[in-house]
Amino acid sequence: MTRGERRTLFIGLAFISPWIMGFLLMTLYPVLATIYYSFCDYALLSEPIWIGTLNYRDMATDQVFWQSLSNTIYYAAIAIPVGLLVSFLIAVMLNQAFIARSAFRTIYFLPSMVPFVAVAMIWLWVFHGQFGLLNYALERIGLQGPNWLADERYTKPALIIMSIWSIGGAMVICLAALQDVPRQLYESAQLDGASFMRQLWHITVPMISPVLYFNLIMGIIGSLQLFVQPFIMFGSDGGPNRSALFYAVYLYENAFSYGNMGYACALAWVLFMLIVALTWVATRTTRKRIYYAGE
Amino acid sequence: MLKTGRSTVLFRVAVTFTVVALAGCAPERATHTPDGRVLVRYWEKWPGFEGEAMQAVVDDFNQSQDRIHVEMLTVSEIDQKLMLATMGGHPPSVAGLWSHNVNVYAERGALTPLDSFLAEAGITRDHYTPVFWDLCAHRGFMWALPSTPASLALHWNKRLFREAGLDPEQPPRSIAELEAMNEQLTLVEIVRDGKPVELPYSDLTEDEREGRTFRVLRMGHLPTEPGWWTPMWGFWFGANLSDGDRTITAGHSGNLAAFEWYQGYPRKFGLHNLRRFGAALGTFASPQNAFLSEEVAMVLQGVWMYNFIDRYAPHLEWGVAPFPSSDPQANPNVTIVECDVLVIPHGAPHPREAFEFIHYVNQREPMEKLVIGQRKFSPLAQTSPDFIARHPNPHIDVFMDLARSPQARYEPRLSVWNEYRDEMVVAAERIFSLRVPPEAALAHVDQRIQRRLDRVMRRWDLIREQRLQEWNHYDPR
Repeated sequence: MTRGERRTLFIGLAFISPWIMGFLLMTLYPVLATIYYSFCDYALLSEPIWIGTLNYRDMATDQVFWQSLSNTIYYAAIAIPVGLLVSFLIAVMLNQAFIARSAFRTIYFLPSMVPFVAVAMIWLWVFHGQFGLLNYALERIGLQGPNWLADERYTKPALIIMSIWSIGGAMVICLAALQDVPRQLYESAQLDGASFMRQLWHITVPMISPVLYFNLIMGIIGSLQLFVQPFIMFGSDGGPNRSALFYAVYLYENAFSYGNMGYACALAWVLFMLIVALTWVATRTTRKRIYYAGE
Repeated sequence: MLKTGRSTVLFRVAVTFTVVALAGCAPERATHTPDGRVLVRYWEKWPGFEGEAMQAVVDDFNQSQDRIHVEMLTVSEIDQKLMLATMGGHPPSVAGLWSHNVNVYAERGALTPLDSFLAEAGITRDHYTPVFWDLCAHRGFMWALPSTPASLALHWNKRLFREAGLDPEQPPRSIAELEAMNEQLTLVEIVRDGKPVELPYSDLTEDEREGRTFRVLRMGHLPTEPGWWTPMWGFWFGANLSDGDRTITAGHSGNLAAFEWYQGYPRKFGLHNLRRFGAALGTFASPQNAFLSEEVAMVLQGVWMYNFIDRYAPHLEWGVAPFPSSDPQANPNVTIVECDVLVIPHGAPHPREAFEFIHYVNQREPMEKLVIGQRKFSPLAQTSPDFIARHPNPHIDVFMDLARSPQARYEPRLSVWNEYRDEMVVAAERIFSLRVPPEAALAHVDQRIQRRLDRVMRRWDLIREQRLQEWNHYDPR
């Protein structure tokens, strides 16, 4: 490296040093510190006391931990595939030529721009057992709607329905990918007599598979970290019989309400490992099915 | 040459930018006002008229002397933000917390002990209604002084009593009486001979009661409305939630009796009917509030309820009395008390000036201005002779008497209370939904919370000596 290059490097580093300092102090240090705290009995303001793996062993016998984990996985297992499918189908629909297409694209995208808290407040009223819009609509077609938010059987389905309303982000990404699929592939398929469904399955899906994979990974991370909506709609106790107590809410409660910061750090690391494991599984199982044009 | 010169300038700009950016992370805060007064920053939780009442007292204090200037800032979720600010080394000088925060904050070393200040100022327990002084103490030290207290009482609707054929001036004195009146006050709709009819629950036939095919239109009393003190229903049945600071007693016979009574509601009126009725009730601070809209005739509520009656239902005919207990002879005048408190966080700047402000608020005249502004009552033992006459709440004397009752109870002083309370709320929901019998639900709470408490106490035992020494030798200078 010449003197000039070194100088340029230093100037570059000096310019990004606020970010580097921010990253080291505000991200890397806290993340590393949580590893240590997860092996401690630690309440904010007190000195952490080393307790070995007790926090992790406690988790094994903590029924609420298992329930929050089970609720979160239940939600993720349904919300992710349903969200992927619906966002893909809507993107395909909005990729066709029809009148006012741009307006429809905007309409479908708009809900994803609404802040989470506002979304939760809106859906609190939509799901209201007595005066809710959803039950009113069901009543109009002769069905008796359940008490969505007060009956433990319907709390998670309610949140899943809600998540579908906000798939605009994933849909736009799919739409962008769809527009990059070469037209000649469809033309060749049409000459060969392929039906719309066959074109969809054999051309569209493989061609946009990297985007579907991206949405899948984002879906896994987002679903496992779900916090705002259940926290606003069901509070810290997780609604009826803790049926809507999600992992991130339980973690937050331990950290900031119960003063079990050490236990909360352990919970955070378990969540992180879970996300890493699921991402790895998703990557391994889909590796051979993802098409990258550059490879 | 030119290139090197520009690089040097860029490098200097970048370094300056970095230094400025980093310096911005820890700004120096002003400690004095421009006219030389000591600046006391005060975080308060209340917005609205409660905040305005406190601001008026702050303004009076600022005008009463020329050495200290108190700057009040309303902060939401103050309990969590104060903890983080204290941990970060930048707490305000004074903070307005709730009494249930005191023991948790004190034990974690987040508060300044006030004992030396109190001794200097000659303030003792005798100056206060005893329960409020006790709410500010923990492990033999004083951590706070009260600002505005509250107690709970039965609020009943006199018009609905009269309509149901009950004496509107005679509220229930025991749980048995409450339940008998509840049956007369509860209005249901049922189909008889193909036609819907409205009638009191007490007029239903045995078969109709068993069938629970009615729709509830109005309740005499419903323990889930508003449901804010569910974990503590046992107090009206002679229960304790803990035995000392090391034993959880969720399964106490009084708690068991309370939750059997609690479960009696869905058993009697039908879970589906109550859920349907509950779903139609409006939010608390609105004209649709169940009590204000006359959909529930009797509720357990605090001294603040008057504000909402005054605002949303000024024509309501209402009375206030001690909430009935299971045995009014052995266990009369039971209430739950709580209190807003003023504390000095650990490491706060200007603790002496902060205490001076707290001391000012705790003098009779400013205190009465504050509590009348917030429409609560004074925690001080002595009030001015015309305090009750000046107070806008016509039933303020009932709340004051209840606070002085030997049966004035409060949340257990346990570090795990937040978790304990949440666990009791979940247990209550399971009990009310008829999923588990009270005994099993409470046994589960006992087991889970005792385990947590044991861990906290093991930790406390490790740091106790060090903490006590720090507190004993606290020097405000």
